[in-house]
Amino acid sequence: MIRVFIADDEGPARERLKELLEDIAAEVPTVVAGEAANGVEALERLPASAAQVLLLDIRMPGMDGLELARHVTALEDAPAVVFVTAHDKHAVEAFDLNALDYLLKPVRAARLAAALKKAVNVGAPQRESLARAAGGPREYLSVAERNRIVLVPVRDILFLRAEQKYVTVRTRAREHLIEESLIALEREFTAPDLPYPFVRIHRNCLVARAAVRGFERTGGGEEEAHWQVVLDGVPERLPVSRRQWPTVRELIAERP
Amino acid sequence: MASIRQNAYSDLLPDFRNLAVMARVLVAVNAAALAGTLYAMPALGPALERFVYAAAFLEPLLLIELMVLYAVSPWLPRLTYWQGAAAIVALTCVFAGLYHVAVRSVAGGDATPSVVRTVVLAIVVSGSLLAYFKLHSKAFSPALAEARLQALQARIRPHFLFNSLNAVLALIRRDPKRAERTLEDLADLFRTLMADARQFVRLADELALLERYAEIEHLRLADRLRITWELDTAPLDALLPPMVLQPVLENAIYHGVEPGTGVGDVLVRIERRGERVHAAIENPHLESGGQRAGNRMALDNIRERLALFFDAEARLETRIANGRYRVEIEIPYRHA
Repeated sequence: MIRVFIADDEGPARERLKELLEDIAAEVPTVVAGEAANGVEALERLPASAAQVLLLDIRMPGMDGLELARHVTALEDAPAVVFVTAHDKHAVEAFDLNALDYLLKPVRAARLAAALKKAVNVGAPQRESLARAAGGPREYLSVAERNRIVLVPVRDILFLRAEQKYVTVRTRAREHLIEESLIALEREFTAPDLPYPFVRIHRNCLVARAAVRGFERTGGGEEEAHWQVVLDGVPERLPVSRRQWPTVRELIAERP
Repeated sequence: MASIRQNAYSDLLPDFRNLAVMARVLVAVNAAALAGTLYAMPALGPALERFVYAAAFLEPLLLIELMVLYAVSPWLPRLTYWQGAAAIVALTCVFAGLYHVAVRSVAGGDATPSVVRTVVLAIVVSGSLLAYFKLHSKAFSPALAEARLQALQARIRPHFLFNSLNAVLALIRRDPKRAERTLEDLADLFRTLMADARQFVRLADELALLERYAEIEHLRLADRLRITWELDTAPLDALLPPMVLQPVLENAIYHGVEPGTGVGDVLVRIERRGERVHAAIENPHLESGGQRAGNRMALDNIRERLALFFDAEARLETRIANGRYRVEIEIPYRHA
């Protein structure tokens, strides 16, 4: 029995998938482990469902399917993902390019059976292929906590700091640890045309441009003087490396 | 899209790289020469003889002229119509004059008429040919407008079609009656979509279509979609171009309801204000929904079609206020 989780915002679409799963039960025995009508709901229910395959609509309110899939990979026993879409040329091209499996609505029973069989063999998708297929930055970072996924909205993040194996995610309220590389995060979140861009201030630190309140000069005397970032709402000071200082100053100065 | 309209005027200058244009010029000039000689000579025989002489003079000039126009034609569209026409006439005069002088110096100047007469003839002939081409392209422009209308005909999103078919498939076993009704609604929608884009429709029919469309969306989105219809004073006999309101409602749902997690309130209000029909469609303005490129394209399409039907008398505006995105359309009140 394959445990299948269905995420689609349209009730009839979920019903249809369940019907089809029953139709192919003789060939591919399945059990519906859970359902959700939007991305956030899916993330809440998915960990407890122990689903092996996630049938995932791309266009969903709250969080689209591609971003949802990226967070799901943070789970320990992440399910395989089969995307389902009615018509999304860009997404479909991206899936083909990155070897991600998808079904087109209306879904055919035979295609569904084949996709399920393949999915249990292939397992969870690669985080990198999902990132490439999504093409844009996430709206949330996800923290896997005891079989639960905590979402941290990117616009609440003040800075990201690498510490050995982890990256600390600092929001006004608290800190989280995530297992991602700062280099990948830099690539994802520092483009200046993003609504909430970050900037690298030091080898180990990215800071949200909007969170910078100002700069402070410290040291002097024997110790070499350097600049520190003063943040909105939290007491921490973040050192700016000498190499990054000119870029940082310029970027913050041109901030609207 | 804007380019469609920009072409309209420079098109009135003929395309000198078009074979049909060259052929028309050759035939017209020779016919004029023949008519002239027939008029000047008393009998047919001498007239033809004279025409052959005239043609021997005329043809090389004509060919050179056409070759030069062929060469300069890529630059003509940069000029306004009148600048272009003046340039062509001036060019013709210069060539005719030079050619006249050249021929005279080679052939000896006994019976050849004055250069002034040649230049005047050149002005008259080239001027009337340009006038002819202008009328010609004007006569054909309604066809262009029609072709534009057909090309601009509103299109339903494939996203909507496939999701609706999927919803019908889900209904077939559990609620066959409703599945039937939904397929009938879809059929009506597509019938209108494929109907003649040039004909006005009655507001009553467009509203019936809107309701069928809304019915299908309700099936897919259930409680998430709430539409308020304010149609008490809608002039049901008013005439409007087909598929003007449906794409706006479709956009409202696609951008304002589908991406939202809560209930999306959509308002459709149509009323008569004096000699104008006023329609407003409103939806929640969602940050993440971003009424972006696709939306703008659909609205540009409608705006352009309104212009083809009503010229400057129609108006389409969008505004964002109090978290609501609103499209307003105003057209003159015409009725059957």
